[in-house]
Amino acid sequence: MREKEFRMAAAARGALLYMKGVRGVALGDRVVVRDQSGRRRSGQVIRTSNEVVLVQVFEGTEGLDLDQTWAGFLEKPFELSLSPEILGRVFSGTGAPRDDRPPIISTLKRNVNGAPVNPAARTYPKEFIQTGISTIDGLNSLVRGQKLPIFSGSGLPHNRLAAQIVRQAKLLSQEADFSVVFAAMGVSYTDARFFEEEFESSGVLRNVVMFINLADDPPMERLLLPRAALTAAEYLAYELDQHVLVVLTDMTNYAEALREVATAKGDVPARKGYPGYLYSDLAELYERAGRIHERHGSITMMPVLSMPSDDITHPIPDLTGYITEGQIVLSRELQSQGIYPPVNVPPSLSRLMKDGIGADFTREDHPRVAAQLYAAYARSLEARNLASIIGAEELSERDRRYLEFAEGFEKRFVGQGEDEDRSIIETLEIAWELLSGLPPEALNRVTEEDLQKYHQWGRARDPEETATAGDAGVNGD
Amino acid sequence: MGEIIDINGPIVTVRLERVRNGDQVKIGRIGLVGEVIGLDGDRAVVQVYESTEGARPGEAAESLGHPLSVELGPGLMGNIFDGVQRPLPELLKISGDQIGRGIEVPSLNRETSWRFEADSSLSMGDRLTGGAVIGTVQETEIIKHHILVPPDISGEIVEHGASGEYTVDDVIARVKSDDGHIHDLRLFHRWPVRTPRPYEGRNHAAVPLITGQRVLDTFFPILKGGKGAVPGPFGAGKTMVQQQIARWANADIVIYVGCGERGNELVDILESFPELTDPHTGRSLMERTLLVANTSNMPVVAREASIYVGVTIAEYYRDQGYDVVMVADSTSRWAEALREVSGRLGQMPVEEGYPAYLASRLSAFYERAGRVETLRGNLGSVTLIGAVSPPGGDFSEPVTSHTKEIVPTFWALSKELADARHYPAVDWLDSFSGYVDTAAHWWSREVDPTWAARRAQALAVLSQADDLSRIVNLVGPEALSPTQRWVLEGAALIKEGVLQQSAIDEVDSYASPRKQFLLLDIALCIYDEGHKLIELGVPVEQISRLPSMARFRRLKSVYTSEQADDIDAFNRQVKKDIDELRVEYGAPREAEA
Ligand SMILES: Nc1ncnc2c1ncn2[C@@H]1O[C@H](COP(=O)(O)OP(=O)(O)OP(=O)(O)O)[C@@H](O)[C@H]1O
Ligand SMILES: [Mg+2]
Repeated sequence: MREKEFRMAAAARGALLYMKGVRGVALGDRVVVRDQSGRRRSGQVIRTSNEVVLVQVFEGTEGLDLDQTWAGFLEKPFELSLSPEILGRVFSGTGAPRDDRPPIISTLKRNVNGAPVNPAARTYPKEFIQTGISTIDGLNSLVRGQKLPIFSGSGLPHNRLAAQIVRQAKLLSQEADFSVVFAAMGVSYTDARFFEEEFESSGVLRNVVMFINLADDPPMERLLLPRAALTAAEYLAYELDQHVLVVLTDMTNYAEALREVATAKGDVPARKGYPGYLYSDLAELYERAGRIHERHGSITMMPVLSMPSDDITHPIPDLTGYITEGQIVLSRELQSQGIYPPVNVPPSLSRLMKDGIGADFTREDHPRVAAQLYAAYARSLEARNLASIIGAEELSERDRRYLEFAEGFEKRFVGQGEDEDRSIIETLEIAWELLSGLPPEALNRVTEEDLQKYHQWGRARDPEETATAGDAGVNGD
Repeated sequence: MGEIIDINGPIVTVRLERVRNGDQVKIGRIGLVGEVIGLDGDRAVVQVYESTEGARPGEAAESLGHPLSVELGPGLMGNIFDGVQRPLPELLKISGDQIGRGIEVPSLNRETSWRFEADSSLSMGDRLTGGAVIGTVQETEIIKHHILVPPDISGEIVEHGASGEYTVDDVIARVKSDDGHIHDLRLFHRWPVRTPRPYEGRNHAAVPLITGQRVLDTFFPILKGGKGAVPGPFGAGKTMVQQQIARWANADIVIYVGCGERGNELVDILESFPELTDPHTGRSLMERTLLVANTSNMPVVAREASIYVGVTIAEYYRDQGYDVVMVADSTSRWAEALREVSGRLGQMPVEEGYPAYLASRLSAFYERAGRVETLRGNLGSVTLIGAVSPPGGDFSEPVTSHTKEIVPTFWALSKELADARHYPAVDWLDSFSGYVDTAAHWWSREVDPTWAARRAQALAVLSQADDLSRIVNLVGPEALSPTQRWVLEGAALIKEGVLQQSAIDEVDSYASPRKQFLLLDIALCIYDEGHKLIELGVPVEQISRLPSMARFRRLKSVYTSEQADDIDAFNRQVKKDIDELRVEYGAPREAEA
């Protein structure tokens, strides 16, 4: 390895350093920048010609005296040293230890950028993971190897939800060979600490690798951090055969760091100042989740992001939704009604659910029950809307039932305890209990057999309701 | 030999003499391939199909002397290629799970030998022109591959091989062109992807492409050789619509281009299609399917190329006389790749960062669709269906709005419908088809003469109901007359019993034209009869509660397309139910009336 130091800094702007007269530098190479005081910063070559080399400096260029700035070109890209020892450790975005323990020494080093997985090498993810959370298991099931983000907002309990999923996911607790890669970008100390304590109290800490960049750490490091974290995840999954759950939080801070560099470089913005390549850049990260032929491990990914002004059409959630395999959306409204977890059901989706549920994985009626709950809840929200205009008393018998359904659905199905770990069968039972408050002929997403087997019409909980139902003289089955 | 001057992401400036715009260039120690997109003196701007990480200024660059071309010959069907037609299964063998860089692999396997049946009517001295058939190869059980003389070659046969086993590289015939040049003909030839393949003329006697999806075929039809687009926000069902078309459409060949989308969606096809049977041929779907995959994490420049690779292969099968459908998911990612390159070149952006030539590139691409008389005189077609992914679901953005100007069939997906799990979430107000009249001839001839009237009536009920719902949302349902309330019920019946069609419902995933029509017809019969009952004073609620109303909503999932007669029988049951109500309210039985 040749390491030459150059002192030809021509200009510095934001996180960018322009070096002159350094010839033959490779794109993507790692750079160590040393300033007048001897302080070292890390950087990476993002554009190169024999005249000018553009270096992105992760700690920023503030305070650099250009005349006394040296840049060492390391002749290699950013790499992460890998060994089983990474488990239980805490690293920074550049892969340096953050836990006062020695760096990982290993001959195995990987370029953190990875390389695109050959689609022909992938296996379609199908194995149901029970998270114990009804809105996920019942309506938006997670499968091993899926990328399923949580769309949240400031003040919403996305961290608690993510932690509950990590705790309860059966993928994790029943198998010895699991691990968690936790990547925090620009989060507060309190949030980082919360996760650490969670991992500690649930006894998984020794199976966790953490990559931490706090709110007051250099923002540019956030660009490298998820890449380092995913490199660790790939190593654990494909070389140590582990089922890895990767939590990336908060992707909004990542995207903002990207926008900052893009603006400094003068890249043409697409929407809201974010560069046109934000989609491809995010995809490079998210697509590292999945399953690969003949590999025993898997990478399941749960990115967490806060939607600026709760706007789901904002480029960050929008482009994420275009890449991930669904999304769990949190709602401020449910939160204010004290419902935990405040999952906003209509916009939430799991695309890999269809192949991971049903008779072979959960229960045969599951796909239809999920569709029915969605349809009934959509109809209930219309009834609720109508009630707000004309008053609940004016509603028709049918609409009143829908109104009740909405209440029950939010309180009993969506809402659950933070320690409540529901089996999928329990989730489906609650679902049928709620659907039993609606007349069978209103339920056309389920089959007649489902109705016969699970629907309790006429045997409803409240005797008075039974009477009205009888009066209505409805019989669809 | 030239050298690299500047590397800016996928855009590399090289010093290289005598290179033409569009030519392919190989650069650097890694041997990355790209194409020239601009020339300035001895400098050429190259867009590179692979990641340029690790490349250095000063490294060598050489011109390959030809533009990006595809190899056209047996071995395409059932295969999966990347955006520049490298076979992904071969790359897997060479570089493992992750795609390596600078790998050269021929698109078509050079070892496989194919049974070639020479056209026995040809003899020495015959004159062959471009597009003529010199023989056939049974590529899969259902696809007979016609070996064509390349469109730009013609001349006199000076040598021709007998039927037998050949690899794609073997010379099977030689022709001498007028200038005396001798051309070797093989089982395959190359064609530049950015040049549309020539044909004799356009042919307008088109028939609808039947996709088995009611809302598409019955409400917003597309023709064989037509152009269509599926815009919609994320999660609305664009990919599902395209996969359903790939699965069920009555085309001979399907080309599925995954352009900047998810790897798992291609795996889904790769894993499920071989197991699925084509309802039209009874054979495995994979035998007529070809995939081009440049997923979102693969290099962006190859993404731009991928749809041209796809459409050129589509044209090639069209030229053999096949009806080809190509779906591209998503054209927005292709447009973004254009934007990315133009941005790096410092070209003036016009709207949302897109270059001024976005609209013309889009329309030039869709122009490659069509039903044509081929050079050899038979008919073939390419139907192009592109997904559009508008940022924030905003249809006024550049790619959606330009596409809307170009395509006659527009299946607008709505977030509201998708959120309520009304699938396919095709919005009946925002969608349109300019092919309804042509399709009507076919439906009237093949299925039922009242098709066009029924379709129009259903759309009218739906739009009337939308207006009425707005009133309800303002003042409540009490403001509506019984007749108006029945319109709402009728619309609900059409939505639930006809429009909604789950791709994962084994019984209903595909609906034959007859099943489609019968369901629509029953919904409207109930609707029409209901109006008559209301005139007799029957309350809306009582009609809605008829058991057959609930049964109708489930009918589509009870009977398959083969059981269309049972659906028809159900119609009589409904009539009986209604008749009883009528009698109850003092009217004579239908039969007596
Ligand atoms: N016809 C359908 N039948 C059943 N489910 C459907 C149908 N269409 C869509 N869905 C459901 O909606 C989900 C999202 O659909 P799809 O992946 O096609 O969306 P998309 O518009 O392509 O989104 P993106 O732009 O993010 O790729 C599917 O995974 C499936 O669960
Ligand atoms: Mg899609």
